[in-house]
Amino acid sequence: MSFFVDSVIMVTSQVLFFGFGWLFFMRQLFKDYEVRQYVVQVVFSITFAFSCTMFELIIFEILGVLSSTSRYFHWKLNLYVILLVLIFVVPFYIGYFVVSNIRLLHRQRLLFSCVVWFTFMYFFWKLGDPFPILSPKHGILSIEQLISRVGVIGVTLMALLSGFGAVNCPYTYMSYFLRNVTDSDILALERRLLQTMDMIVSKKKRIAMTRRQMYQRGEEQNKQTGFWGMIKSVTSSPSGSENLSLIQQEVDALEELSRQLFLETVDLQATKERIEYSKTFQGKYFNFLGYFFSIYCVWKIFMVKFWSQHISFILVGIIIVTSIRGLLITLTKFFYAISSSKSSNVIVLVLAQIMGMYFVSSVLLMRMSMPLEYRTIVTEVLGELQFNFYHRWFDVIFLVSALSSILFLYLAHKQAPEKHMSL
Amino acid sequence: MASLDRVKVLVLGDSGVGKSSLVHLLCQNQVLGNPSWTVGCSVDVRVHDYREGTPEEKTCYIELWDVGGSVGSASSVKSTRAVFYNSVNGIILVHDLTNKKSSQNLYPWSLEALSKDSSPTGIIVSNGDYDREQFAENSVPLLLIGTKFDQIPENKRNDVLTRTAFLSEDFNAEEINLDCTNPRYLAAGSSNAVKLSRFFDKVIEKRYFTRDPSQVRACTFSVCM
Repeated sequence: MSFFVDSVIMVTSQVLFFGFGWLFFMRQLFKDYEVRQYVVQVVFSITFAFSCTMFELIIFEILGVLSSTSRYFHWKLNLYVILLVLIFVVPFYIGYFVVSNIRLLHRQRLLFSCVVWFTFMYFFWKLGDPFPILSPKHGILSIEQLISRVGVIGVTLMALLSGFGAVNCPYTYMSYFLRNVTDSDILALERRLLQTMDMIVSKKKRIAMTRRQMYQRGEEQNKQTGFWGMIKSVTSSPSGSENLSLIQQEVDALEELSRQLFLETVDLQATKERIEYSKTFQGKYFNFLGYFFSIYCVWKIFMVKFWSQHISFILVGIIIVTSIRGLLITLTKFFYAISSSKSSNVIVLVLAQIMGMYFVSSVLLMRMSMPLEYRTIVTEVLGELQFNFYHRWFDVIFLVSALSSILFLYLAHKQAPEKHMSL
Repeated sequence: MASLDRVKVLVLGDSGVGKSSLVHLLCQNQVLGNPSWTVGCSVDVRVHDYREGTPEEKTCYIELWDVGGSVGSASSVKSTRAVFYNSVNGIILVHDLTNKKSSQNLYPWSLEALSKDSSPTGIIVSNGDYDREQFAENSVPLLLIGTKFDQIPENKRNDVLTRTAFLSEDFNAEEINLDCTNPRYLAAGSSNAVKLSRFFDKVIEKRYFTRDPSQVRACTFSVCM
């Protein structure tokens, strides 16, 4: 009886997560596009729902909600479904939509998408070879084989993102790093931008005028038949077109300059808005959080192995919530930046794949942060993977990512004030 | 050339609808081979014969300013592109006929451009709600262009044309539906070419005749060139 009640609770929560994913897709990601292929929206929402359910199960595990047999059952079920989605469904549809976009292969897209999927599976399998992730007693088709590979990809991704986030978060929110931008700086840049546009316009007018004159002269030339007409047309046109190509080169250079000025102005506007935001109450709150998290991140970079069991449980909760939120925001920004109406389906599916792998590996890594008594269920469910490998791998990639982000941001910060000193 | 001589027309619409292809077609009479993302604003110049075929025919140069981006862009991007909306003489609104949302987004686009207009006859926007009266009072000529017409299957064409007819009524503007990769739609003498010509004539007239008509004779058309 209790198993039935527990299952009802689980299914309800899964439906809720599915609805949330659906809404997020419609309202945020696909705000400006029409959804023509509903299968994309369904796949995205399913991936999101099952990923969130995994986190929910961890929390239930720690809080002791539901009976342990039903928890174990749902863990297994959830894991099978999500592996099915991440390894079979999503890659197949990615291949399918990529192939549909290519006109040549459109006719036999099913065939070609199967080919793509088999290629993916080959490389996915090969991924396991260089890593010591399995103990030899596992068979070829066991579930551990699949999880271990998904885990490697996901852990690498997580470590890269966390390393960058650990460095970028304090940099963005702490007012210490904000460059001083005044209104007159922005106005001066805007004036330069408009002047450049005016120069482009006047040069293009000259090109248009010259072309028109050449065209009209060309018509009159055609009326002159015979030998002299031919000689005249040879001698008169080259100077016109040489002049044109020279002006065209100047226009290309000016257009490149206008793009640079536009991007710089956007950058300055964004900095100015951040400065204004930092003066508000919300801004000050985030500034304080920024200091707090920067200390936490520094601690994490240098003292990765030292975890106090119970503080880490609260942190696990915070990490879950902020990483889901942070991931969704990052995915949305990324999506806006690179999608177009043709590629939007493919990009959403790629994002769903990344999201699924990210969540699976979070579960793998979270095992370390959980208090000892709760680790057993994760170990039981996921089988005997070499967990230590994953933690070491995460630490290495995290360190590399954090250090290179520090270097990158330092260079970017250093270069910026010099750009604006020329104003 | 003083700033009085310029005729400026904005080309607005969501990213990916085909504004750059359209501008290239209008100005170079050629199809754009490799469209890529427009960063900021790209300008091109169209040679237009004002009142073609009449004794008052004059050659004018119209600047087409193709502003890139989307209505959902960050506010820093919006404040930066507001710089391009000054002293505008006409607006071409471009939407993708295969994507309904791009048509709906034309309302916020037009509001964004018109509320930054510094001319005294610009409309005053209070809260973003728009109704036909605001567009009826608007003095800046608008033109509605729908792209990717060739990608609509035959049986859906009527629905699409009905929808765009409503849109053009709302904006109090003429509408043209075409495919930017096919110059046939704007061939000389076709109804589309006539509408386009009429639109540009209207823009030039508004530009030069909003002042007292007695001053008309004083400002000759030589300033066009």
